[in-house]
Amino acid sequence: MAILTAFVYLLAAVLFIVGLKFLSSPPGARRGNQIAALGMLIAIGWTVIVLGRTFTPAGIAISVAGVAIGTVIGAVGARRVQMTAMPQMVALFNGVGGGAAALVAVSELLRLSGSQPDFQTGVPSVFAIIVGGISFAGSAVAFAKLQELMTGTPLTYPGQQLVNGLLALVIVVLAVVLLAVTGQPVVFVAMLVLALLLGVAFVLPIGGADMPVVISLLNAFTGLAVAASGFVLNNFALIVAGTLVGASGTLLTKLMSDAMGRSIGNVLFGAFGQVQAGPEGGGQTGDRSVRAGSADDIGTMLAYSRKVVIVPGYGLAVAQAQHAVRELADLLEKRGVEVEYAIHPVAGRMPGHMNVLLAEANVPYEQLKEMDEVNGQFQNTDVALVVGANDVVNPAARSSPGSPIYGMPILNVDESRNVVFLKRSMRPGFAGIDNDLLYDPKTIMLFGDAKDSLTRLVAAVKAA
Amino acid sequence: MSSQLVTEITYFVLAIFVGFEVISKVPTILHTPLMSGSNAIHGIILVGALIIAAGAQTPLQVVLGFVAVVLATTNVVGGFVVTDRMLEMFKGRRQPGSGGPAADGAPSSRSDRG
Repeated sequence: MAILTAFVYLLAAVLFIVGLKFLSSPPGARRGNQIAALGMLIAIGWTVIVLGRTFTPAGIAISVAGVAIGTVIGAVGARRVQMTAMPQMVALFNGVGGGAAALVAVSELLRLSGSQPDFQTGVPSVFAIIVGGISFAGSAVAFAKLQELMTGTPLTYPGQQLVNGLLALVIVVLAVVLLAVTGQPVVFVAMLVLALLLGVAFVLPIGGADMPVVISLLNAFTGLAVAASGFVLNNFALIVAGTLVGASGTLLTKLMSDAMGRSIGNVLFGAFGQVQAGPEGGGQTGDRSVRAGSADDIGTMLAYSRKVVIVPGYGLAVAQAQHAVRELADLLEKRGVEVEYAIHPVAGRMPGHMNVLLAEANVPYEQLKEMDEVNGQFQNTDVALVVGANDVVNPAARSSPGSPIYGMPILNVDESRNVVFLKRSMRPGFAGIDNDLLYDPKTIMLFGDAKDSLTRLVAAVKAA
Repeated sequence: MSSQLVTEITYFVLAIFVGFEVISKVPTILHTPLMSGSNAIHGIILVGALIIAAGAQTPLQVVLGFVAVVLATTNVVGGFVVTDRMLEMFKGRRQPGSGGPAADGAPSSRSDRG
C-alpha cells in the first residue's frame, strides 16, 4: 500500500508539473489548469482510500461536512466574483490554504500533549505555523484593501519597521523555546497569534497598487508552509506540490516586480504611494488649465485618424467597458483606421488583467501589443486613447527623479500627436500622484464613466 | 538523521529547481492565471487536513480538523474554478488567418455587441 501510495503521489506531482508548464503558454493554459486539477483529484481521492478504516466516526463527519462546505464556499465564490474582483478572490483562496497549513501543524504538535517535539517534527511545524499564519492574515488584509473594506493607501507610523522587527524577534524566541525548552501548547498558540499579527502588520504599510506582488509573495509563502506540513506528516505529495508553488511563486513575484521596474524589497518596505508633502506635491496643480472636449469633437478626430492606439487601465475594468471599447475599435477599423491596444504589464490591478478583460470581449489577440512592442510606435500615432489608465502613462516616471514612480517603465503616449483621456475626474491614479500629461496642450479630456464615454464616441464616429 | 528525512530533503531541493524551471519563460498576460493556478495547487494541503481530520477524537482535534478541511477545500475548489474562469476568457480568440485585422482596414463582419 505504501509503495502504491508513493506512485500515486508521484503521478499527481507529474500532473502538477505538466499543468504548470501548460499554464505558462496561452494556447494550453486552460488545459494546464485542468491537468493540475486532475492531479489534485487523484491525490485527494487516493488519500481518502488509504485513510479508509482509520477514520474515526467524528473524523468521517467533519471530513464530509468540511469538504461539502468548502466546496460550496469555493465554487460559489469563484463563480460569482466579478472579473474586476479576481485579485482579491485569489488572495482569499491563498490565505485559507495558509491557514489550513498552520492548523495541520498545530494539530500535530497537540498530539504530543505537551512533550517536546523532536527536531524532525519541531522545525517544520514551527515553520508551517509562522509562515502559514503570516500568509493567512496578510492575505486577509490584502483582500480588505482591494475590496476597499479599508483604505488602499499605505498605513504607516513612526518606528513601524522597528515594531515589526521586534514582533518577528519575539516569534523567533518562541520558536527556540518550543524547540529547546518546552512543548506546552501555550508556546505554539502564542506563536500562531503573533504570526497572525505580523501578517497584518507586514501588509498594512503596502499600498493597494502593489497588492498583486504581495499576493504573489504570500502565494509562495503558503506553498512553503504546505511543504513544511509535508515534512511534519512525512507526506511526499505535500512536500513536492508545496515546494513547486513556493519556488515558482517566488520567481513569479520577482517577474511581477520587475514588470513595475522595482525590486521586491522596495515593494514590501518602500511604503509606496504614500501621500508625500514634497515641494512638487500640490502647489502647481491648482491653477493649470485642462482642455475638456466633447464626444463629437473627439469622435471626429478618431474617425479621421490613420492610427489610433487604445491604452486600457483599471477604469475600463471598473466600468466593464471592454465590449464598448471593442465596438469603437471595430467601427474605426471599418473606416480604415489602424487600431491597436497598448497593454502595460501592470495596467489594472494585476498583470494580465487587461488581456483577460479584452479577451472576454473577443478583441483579436494580434491587436494587443505589449509595452516594448508598442512604445516605438507612438510617434506615428495620431491619437492615443487612454481609457481609465493614469499611472502607467505618467511621464513623471521618466522625468522627475523625486516622483515615487520614477524609473517605472511607462507607455510613451506623450509622444503621440494627440492624447485623449477618458477619465471620471481629475483625481490622481492609484499611486496617488499627479499626472502632468493631463495638463499638456495636446491632451483632451473626456470626463465620465468609461463605458458611457465610449458609447458616446461610437455614436460620434458613426455620425462623422 | 533518518534516511526518510534525507529522501524528503532530496525531493524538496529537486522540487525547488523544477518550480523555477517550469515557469521561467511566461508572457506577462499569463502572470495572473499562473499565480491563481499555482494557488490552487497548494490546496494539496487538503491531503494533510484530511489526515489530521481522520484521526480526530478529542473535541479540540475535531474542531481543528474541521476548520482545516473547510479552509483547504475552499483553497482547492475556489482556486481551480477561478483560474478556469480567467482562462475561459482566452478561448474566444480567432483561429489564425480567419479573422485577424486586415491591414487595409477591411475587418471581418463581427457584429456581436456586449
